[in-house]
Amino acid sequence: MNTDDDVRVEGPGIRQSMSSLHTWAGLLLGWVLYAMFLTGTVSYFKDELSQWMRPELARLSQVPDRAVVAQRIADELGNIAPGTSQWSIRLPDERNNSANVFWRTAPRNPGQRGFGEASFDPVTGQRVTSRGTLGGEFFYRFHFQFHYMPVVWGRWLAGIAAMFMLVAIVSGVITHKKIFVDFFTFRSGKGQRSWLDAHNALSVFGLPFHFMITYTGLVTLMAMYMPWGEMAAFKSPAERQQLNAELTAFIQPGKPTGQKAPLASVEDMVRQAQERWGRDNVGRITAVHPGDAAARVSVARAESGRVSMSPQYMEFEGATGKLLTVREAVGAAAETRGVLYALHLGRFSDTETRWLYFLVSFMGTAMVGTGLVMWTVKRRQKLPDPDRPYFGFRLVERLNIASIAGLSIAMTSFLWANRLLPHPMEGRADWEINAFFIVWGLALLHALMRPVKAAWVEQLWTASALLLLLPILNALTTQRPLWRSLAEGDWVFAGMDIMCWALALLHAVLAMRTARQAANAPSRRRANRPTPMTVASSEGAR
Amino acid sequence: MISLVHRVRATGPLVSRIVAALVGGYALAALFSVAVLALPLSRPQAVLTGMLASFAIYAGAVIWVFAVRSALKAWAGLLIVAAPLVPLAWSVS
Repeated sequence: MNTDDDVRVEGPGIRQSMSSLHTWAGLLLGWVLYAMFLTGTVSYFKDELSQWMRPELARLSQVPDRAVVAQRIADELGNIAPGTSQWSIRLPDERNNSANVFWRTAPRNPGQRGFGEASFDPVTGQRVTSRGTLGGEFFYRFHFQFHYMPVVWGRWLAGIAAMFMLVAIVSGVITHKKIFVDFFTFRSGKGQRSWLDAHNALSVFGLPFHFMITYTGLVTLMAMYMPWGEMAAFKSPAERQQLNAELTAFIQPGKPTGQKAPLASVEDMVRQAQERWGRDNVGRITAVHPGDAAARVSVARAESGRVSMSPQYMEFEGATGKLLTVREAVGAAAETRGVLYALHLGRFSDTETRWLYFLVSFMGTAMVGTGLVMWTVKRRQKLPDPDRPYFGFRLVERLNIASIAGLSIAMTSFLWANRLLPHPMEGRADWEINAFFIVWGLALLHALMRPVKAAWVEQLWTASALLLLLPILNALTTQRPLWRSLAEGDWVFAGMDIMCWALALLHAVLAMRTARQAANAPSRRRANRPTPMTVASSEGAR
Repeated sequence: MISLVHRVRATGPLVSRIVAALVGGYALAALFSVAVLALPLSRPQAVLTGMLASFAIYAGAVIWVFAVRSALKAWAGLLIVAAPLVPLAWSVS
């Protein structure tokens, strides 16, 4: 991979050195970034994906009163998990048709923490049984911690990739001297120039977003990436607790008294929170030592209606229901962190904002994708022997296919597996994920074995076909085909089907365009034209 | 042997810059995040301020390392910025 770019690092022009930095920072982890971007993009509809992947759970046309739901589930938890040291309920909302609950259990081995987790029907207050699936949560978790590796490693890899992205963005902007002129330039059907223009337009249009999403991504895990200040500042767990209080609504559990005392009305506690923040603006309820005289309950404000993840909650004495504290403000730096965190997750957004998030983030994905492809397009013209490219070139070319077209196939296969795997089935949720990686691995094999253009075209068509047929598979395997979803106004299921077709169309267009390029390939006009000078100036223009 | 020397000459500065960017940049950002504790802020806020700003410092350092004319200058720049931060970081930890 020794091209003149490497040498130019020592060269004089800042634009040239920034261009090289941009190229290599973007390329080295580009495939990881592409996967993070795409799975992150679909995660803006994580809750909808989770609903789609649990078709047994009925649509919730109206969210029942959260105070009543909370009481129902709290009662049921008294039966399921008596004597638990902590439980936590995430109440249903417009985007979630079930309440997500976890509770601590007695550890199997000393030193370990055991916990149970389940979805509850808000109407009956009973545990729901649905197919085993991680739902949209899989893409969400994959996008910052990957899979088949310790969570900590995955998060470090994501952090390193995000740092590369940040450097690629800044160096890309410096490289780009005519940033606004080029934004309005699109030279279609001109090979490298078209790729460059597309890459520029995607990058410049979404620049504030791309910068924001990269930086805030680092902020979400900053305590892990930059622990040194915390380590220097706090010597004891008690001191550290001061910091945690600025970040989460978690109540530090005190010691249980051992004296039994039933939990006071959870409904009343939620009612007080509703009066304060609005009827639909209550998010999570956590109880520590429920059933003990020392019980505490916190009711946290939901994430909609404010662009901040900083903790806001009311804390109650469990046995009496007395309001102990209301926490609605944190320090300036903590609030900054809360806002940046919220900007990354976008959970505050209404449907329109969410779509905007999705679209711009999708453009970010395309920015990374076009950048990766451009690396090969630019170098292909300079190859000494176009029929026998050097190893690095071939590697990039093949990895591009598997990580761009192959990822589309793998992600769609994950959804296919959700509909096709039998249920009940042992380890079903894991097998959905295994299917994703098996298919992705096969896509890589295919990309390595087939000629480059053929591999692109075949994989894009495969993705298109899988997406096209998914709504049909859904109609065959569930009670919720498109016509019924439309008739009932079920926009989660109808939207999913329509979105699949839109994406199928996108992949088909890409496949056809790539195939047409393949036909033109032998008469590549510019194959021997560019001298190093013109390539250098085109880089400078980026 | 001569070719090896030649090779080191040719790639040495680039490798040096890459190390300066990856390791030097992180070290500077980490040092900054500790030095911030010397600001007249409460401890939790100072810690968070340091964390929040550290990635900008890191990115800035990387850009600097590749923007200047020589690898030597790149290291020198990092050290000059680090110099006033060291006593601050020392004083708070």
